[in-house]
Amino acid sequence: MSWMLPLPVVIPLLGAAVNVALDHVTPRWLHTTIALVAVTTGLCFSIIVLVHSMSGETLHWFGGWTPRSGVAIGVGFAVDPLGAGFAVLACALTLAALLYSIPYIEAATRNYDALVIVLCGACCGFALSGDLFNMFVWLELAGVCGYALTGFDIRRMSALQGAVNFAVVNTVGGYFVLIGIALVYARTGALNLAQIGRTLSGQHPSGLLIVAMTLIVCGFLCKAAIVPFHFWLGDAYAVAPAPVCLIFAGIVTDIGLFGVGRVWFTVFDAPFGSHQRFVGDALLWLGIVTALVGGAMALVQQHLKRLLAFSVICHIGIMLVGLGLLSSKGVAGAAMMLLAHGVTTGGLFLAAGLLGVREPVRWTAGLWFCGAIALIGPPYVGVYMGHALIDDAAVELGRHWVQPLIWLAGALAGAAMLRAGAQVFLGLADDYDHGIEEGRDGPVPYLATITTVLVALGTAVSVVPGLAQRVVRGADRFRDRAGYANRVLHGIPMKESAHLPVVLQPTSTESLIYGSAALVFAVALAAFAVRRPDAARTRVFEPVLWPLRQLQTGVIGDYVMWVVVGTAVLGGVWAITLR
Amino acid sequence: MSVFPYLVAGWICVIGLYGIVTSKHLIHLALCLTVTQSSTYVLLLAVGYVQGGGPPIFKGVKLGTTAVDPVVQSLTLTDIVVSVTVLALILALALDVHDELDTMDPDRIAELQG
Repeated sequence: MSWMLPLPVVIPLLGAAVNVALDHVTPRWLHTTIALVAVTTGLCFSIIVLVHSMSGETLHWFGGWTPRSGVAIGVGFAVDPLGAGFAVLACALTLAALLYSIPYIEAATRNYDALVIVLCGACCGFALSGDLFNMFVWLELAGVCGYALTGFDIRRMSALQGAVNFAVVNTVGGYFVLIGIALVYARTGALNLAQIGRTLSGQHPSGLLIVAMTLIVCGFLCKAAIVPFHFWLGDAYAVAPAPVCLIFAGIVTDIGLFGVGRVWFTVFDAPFGSHQRFVGDALLWLGIVTALVGGAMALVQQHLKRLLAFSVICHIGIMLVGLGLLSSKGVAGAAMMLLAHGVTTGGLFLAAGLLGVREPVRWTAGLWFCGAIALIGPPYVGVYMGHALIDDAAVELGRHWVQPLIWLAGALAGAAMLRAGAQVFLGLADDYDHGIEEGRDGPVPYLATITTVLVALGTAVSVVPGLAQRVVRGADRFRDRAGYANRVLHGIPMKESAHLPVVLQPTSTESLIYGSAALVFAVALAAFAVRRPDAARTRVFEPVLWPLRQLQTGVIGDYVMWVVVGTAVLGGVWAITLR
Repeated sequence: MSVFPYLVAGWICVIGLYGIVTSKHLIHLALCLTVTQSSTYVLLLAVGYVQGGGPPIFKGVKLGTTAVDPVVQSLTLTDIVVSVTVLALILALALDVHDELDTMDPDRIAELQG
């Protein structure tokens, strides 16, 4: 079984290597076939790994460098259900994106398939890895593919702007992570996550560790586009081709959050465990601000994909809120939301892409509204279960004020999508510039079918019986530092746990009320914005959002300055509170 | 081990970031990114340095001979590989910008705003 763990990473990378090696010899259909086969095989193996990870044996040491007497020197993959689930999601979304790309991306662009599957393999590697430096390498590999895919359509100036901003901000973030890793290595002499956690577990918080944690967390948050590191995302996702946006929104943005969770629960929980509320609260507040900024900025966007980009920022913020609560339910809520949001937003990006095809289908409008409602999350639709679990976690910690804020943020983004849907797809506004390049050819029913499948799956995530309970248990394991270290360093298997029921997770009445209220609020706000567009823009949106829009300058120097300022402020806060 | 290598690493990182923030030319910006990255080399090598240690090559050397840490050196090599890729990509994008707009000023490619 152990030999199977690296396969979701190795097979896509091998496929890409074959593709590039045969670049000038073989026709494009062969490249596409190789890519499809590689990703499908990767998907199958990641599902097998997920099933096995539920019950135990989940380690692979490369080159047979197993730990001796509890000391790990080799590089290893250590898989838990959340990591394996993330790999499954990555392969599945990449498969959907590749299928959509076959007619959608023009034949001249040959290395496209290779870049997409390397991106998939890198995301899987990041999720499965148990080694800090290894995570950095996968992160950078995913980043490089992402920058190249963003600038793919270089006929447009804005594509270059998006790619350059994406590349520079994320590279600076990557260096922050690397500096943090060097400092951690200096203190512990280890790179294996479990080993670092074990070495640090008796230590008091020190200045060095605070700096290291700040740099690593901020580097990951740059990838995740958390305020104030978020500016690049609106520029990049607005210009990338629609199927690439599907992968970006579904997995690439989220690996940043996954990384924060991973390093906190395996490494920094050890020295800072007694101060964990300060760390959690900082993440919580960053998440709330991000969610509100993303939701509000979505309201003033005309460009459809840019609107979706801000909706991604909004939901990433809500996921960070769940993570910042640091409890199993909070983490599980973030994971459920990641799943529902990734699939649904991916579907919406594809629906936006359909607008560019010559004869768009009628049911595109229906798909768009269905996806928008799923992202608001009325009871048992779309992201609802994630919201409800985060609600429960917040209430358990006595933070009742968290709930209305995150529901409000989701409703703002939802209202923006409903408004845009009414104006673009139903034609309720004249001369609306939705920013999607038109005039592509493509078999519309085929493209629409892929879009429909994604939106339908995303909408149905909350009603899958037994899923939420399993995600909560996965989150339990994700948070269990001692158990993780025992498994990785000593090979101690997990305890047998009780069988979980296959029933729908009940949610609190408050969540039901908030979910319904969010839908009503979003529909009302969207209706107001559609019926009285001038009043909405000049009296409400513009005055409130003027300062936020001023910050979004599109200039890379400003963005990097915000990265530096944000890192310094977060580091300062932690330097004061973590002593 | 003196504190100077760490100060040097910090200084290189900060001036690189200053260069990126104030840059008016995309090639200059890419080079500033490389400067920032160089700070990670200095830091990594400083972390692994051992006073009086030889190179970490153990063939024909007595057991127990002091050597500097080979791990950080391999990290530095990986870091170089990763960063050269990023640099190449940014330079390629800069060339495209130049071909399309006949400018290298990052302020002037800001088409999407607000």
